[in-house]
Amino acid sequence: MSSVGPPPATARSKSWTVKVREGGVAALPPEKLLPDGQPTYVASWIYVFGVASIASLIVIIGSGSILALKGPAWWHDTGVGHFFNSIHLWSVELFFFAMVVHLWGKYWMAAWRGGRGRVWVTGAVTFLVAIPAALTGYVSQQNFDAQWIATQAKDAMNSVGAGAFFNLTNFGQMYSYHVLLLPVAVVLLVGAHVLLVRRHGVVPPFELEKKLPAAASAGAETDGPPPSSTGATS
Amino acid sequence: MSFAGVMGAAFNLNHPAHTVDWHFIHLSVANVVVIGLMFLVFLLAILLPFPGAAGRRAARRNGGAS
Amino acid sequence: MSFLGPKDDTQPWKGRYAPYDLIKELSIAVGVITLLAVLLTVLLSSPDETPSTLGQWSHQLPADFATTAAKELDETSPTAEYGPPYNHNSGSVQHFLFLHPQRWLGVSHPINTADDYVIKPLETVPNDEALRGALAEYKAAPEKQKKGWSEAYAKPLEEYATAVEEKKPPPSTVSVNSSTGTVTVRASGAGPVPTMMRSLLALAQSGGLDGSLLTSKNFFQTDYTKPLLLMSDGGLLAERAEEQHLLGKQWGLMNETGSFPGQPWLWLYSLWYQVEPMKTSPNADIQVLLIMGVLSLAFICIPFIPIVNRLPRWIPIYKLIWREHYRSLPQPPVPS
Repeated sequence: MSSVGPPPATARSKSWTVKVREGGVAALPPEKLLPDGQPTYVASWIYVFGVASIASLIVIIGSGSILALKGPAWWHDTGVGHFFNSIHLWSVELFFFAMVVHLWGKYWMAAWRGGRGRVWVTGAVTFLVAIPAALTGYVSQQNFDAQWIATQAKDAMNSVGAGAFFNLTNFGQMYSYHVLLLPVAVVLLVGAHVLLVRRHGVVPPFELEKKLPAAASAGAETDGPPPSSTGATS
Repeated sequence: MSFAGVMGAAFNLNHPAHTVDWHFIHLSVANVVVIGLMFLVFLLAILLPFPGAAGRRAARRNGGAS
Repeated sequence: MSFLGPKDDTQPWKGRYAPYDLIKELSIAVGVITLLAVLLTVLLSSPDETPSTLGQWSHQLPADFATTAAKELDETSPTAEYGPPYNHNSGSVQHFLFLHPQRWLGVSHPINTADDYVIKPLETVPNDEALRGALAEYKAAPEKQKKGWSEAYAKPLEEYATAVEEKKPPPSTVSVNSSTGTVTVRASGAGPVPTMMRSLLALAQSGGLDGSLLTSKNFFQTDYTKPLLLMSDGGLLAERAEEQHLLGKQWGLMNETGSFPGQPWLWLYSLWYQVEPMKTSPNADIQVLLIMGVLSLAFICIPFIPIVNRLPRWIPIYKLIWREHYRSLPQPPVPS
C-alpha cells in the first residue's frame, strides 16, 4: 500500500489537507502572519488599543481559569479567591474600555476601507458577543447582584422568546455559557479579526488630494527595513 | 479574608453609590468616571506624540537629503 | 457595494515600513494590563453583597412573605400571572405588532405557584397533624372554594401591605410580631388556609423552603428558577436593589452594587427604558430589544451605510491621527 517518497502530484492535488495548507499559506504567508515591520503611518497611541483589548482578554481568561479551577463558590470564602475575582472584574472593565477606545479610533480612521469590511464586522460582532459573556458572568456570581440581575434581565429574555432556551435564573446553564460557550465564541471572533487584520494590513491613511499617491509611492524606492508585508493583495 | 482585607481595601467602595442626576439621566459616579476616562484616553491617544514617530520622520528627511 | 457607499479608492500601501515587534508589543500589553488589573484590585477590590435567602426574607419581612405566599396560593402573584415560559397566563406577555415570540416559544419552565410554592413544600413537613388535616381539606375542596378561602386570607394582608406602603396605621386584622417573626391574620371564611400559611412561614424561617424548592427528582441542583421567582414576587430583593441604585428607573442595569463601576457599555440599552413610549409601555422589553437589535445590526454594517461611512472623511480626526504621516509627505497637504 505505502510507497517510498512523497505521494504522486495527482493524489496531492486532491488532498483536502493540502488544499487547506496551500490556501492558508497563500492567504497568510508567515511573514504576513507575524510581521516584523509596520507601515510608517502606524505611529499613534490610538494603535495600542487593539492589542490592549487582546491583552485584557488574556488576563480575563487567565484569572477566569484560576476561578474555574477552584469552582464557582471559592471566591466568596477566601481572600485569595476574592483577589482573583477582583482581577477578573477589573480586566473585564479594562477589556470593554480598551475595546471602546479601539472602536472609536477605527471608526474615525474608516478602517473598513480597502476591502477591510470583514475586519470591522468581526470586531463589531466581538463587542456584541462580549456583552452576554459579561452578563452570564454577572449572574454566575452567586451573590445579591446575581440574584437581582437574573430576576430583572429574565423579563427582557422572555419578551423575545429567548427565555425558553436561555434561562438567566438557571445557574448551571449560565455558568456553562460563561465559562465555555461564550468565551469560545469571543476567542474565535477575536482570532478571525486578528487574522483578517494580518491578511489585509493596517488601513492606510486617507489620501489628502489627487497628487499625493505618486508622492507616497515614491517613498517605496528609499531605504527602510525589509518591507515583508508589501505587495499585499488586499 | 485576611488577604482580601490587606489587599483589597485601600478605598472602600462598598457603600451605596453617589449618582449624577440630570433631567431623566441618572448615572452612578463610578460609571461617569469610566465614561469620562474613555473620552479622555481617546483624546490623549490621538493628541499625544507617539514616541519615535517624529524621530523617524527626521531620520527619513536626513536620509533623503544625503 | 458601490451603490451603497462612495467609491473606495484605498490602495494597498506601497510606502515605507518601520521595524515592529508584534510579539514584544503583545507581551508588554499583557504586562501593562496585568499591572493595571492588580493595581485596581489592590486599590478597589470587588463587590460581593451576600445573597438573600427565603429564610432571611421570611424572618426580616414576615408580613411581606405571608402576603406573597397568599398570592402564590390564589395565583395572583406576578409569577402566577406571568405567562410563558412559566405558565399559560398573560400578565407579563409582551408583543410587538404581529410579533409574539414569547407566546410562540411556549411554556418551557412550567411553574404552578399554588402547587410548587405552597402545597408541595407543605407536604414535606413531617409530624404535624393539624397541617395534614388542613392540607387534606384544601386539596379536597372544589376550585371555587379554594379560591374563596385564599382570597379571604390574602385580603387583610394586602390591606396591611397597602397601609405600610402609604405609611398609614395598619388594619387590626393583621398583627406582626417582629421579634418572633410571626404573622397573625384574622380572616373569616379562610378555611384551612391560615393553618397552611402559618406552617409555610415556619418552614421558610427554618430554611426548609429554600431546600424544598430546589428538590426535584435529581440530587444535584443547579436551577434556581423557582426560589428566585418566588423571592422576586416579594419585596426584599427590590428593597435591597433600590438602596443600591439597581432599579430600572435608576438606570440600574448599568450599575453595580456598592460604588463600583458597573456596565457602562449598556448605556444605550438602559437609555431606551427611560424615554416614552418604552418608559410606560407594558411591552418595553421587546421594544427596547428590537431597537437595540436594529441598531446592533447597523453598528455591524457601518462600513456599508451611506453618510455614516463618510463621516470619518468629513470630520477630519484622521488628520490628527496620521499627522506624522502627512507631515512626512513631500508636498505640503492641502486641506480637502
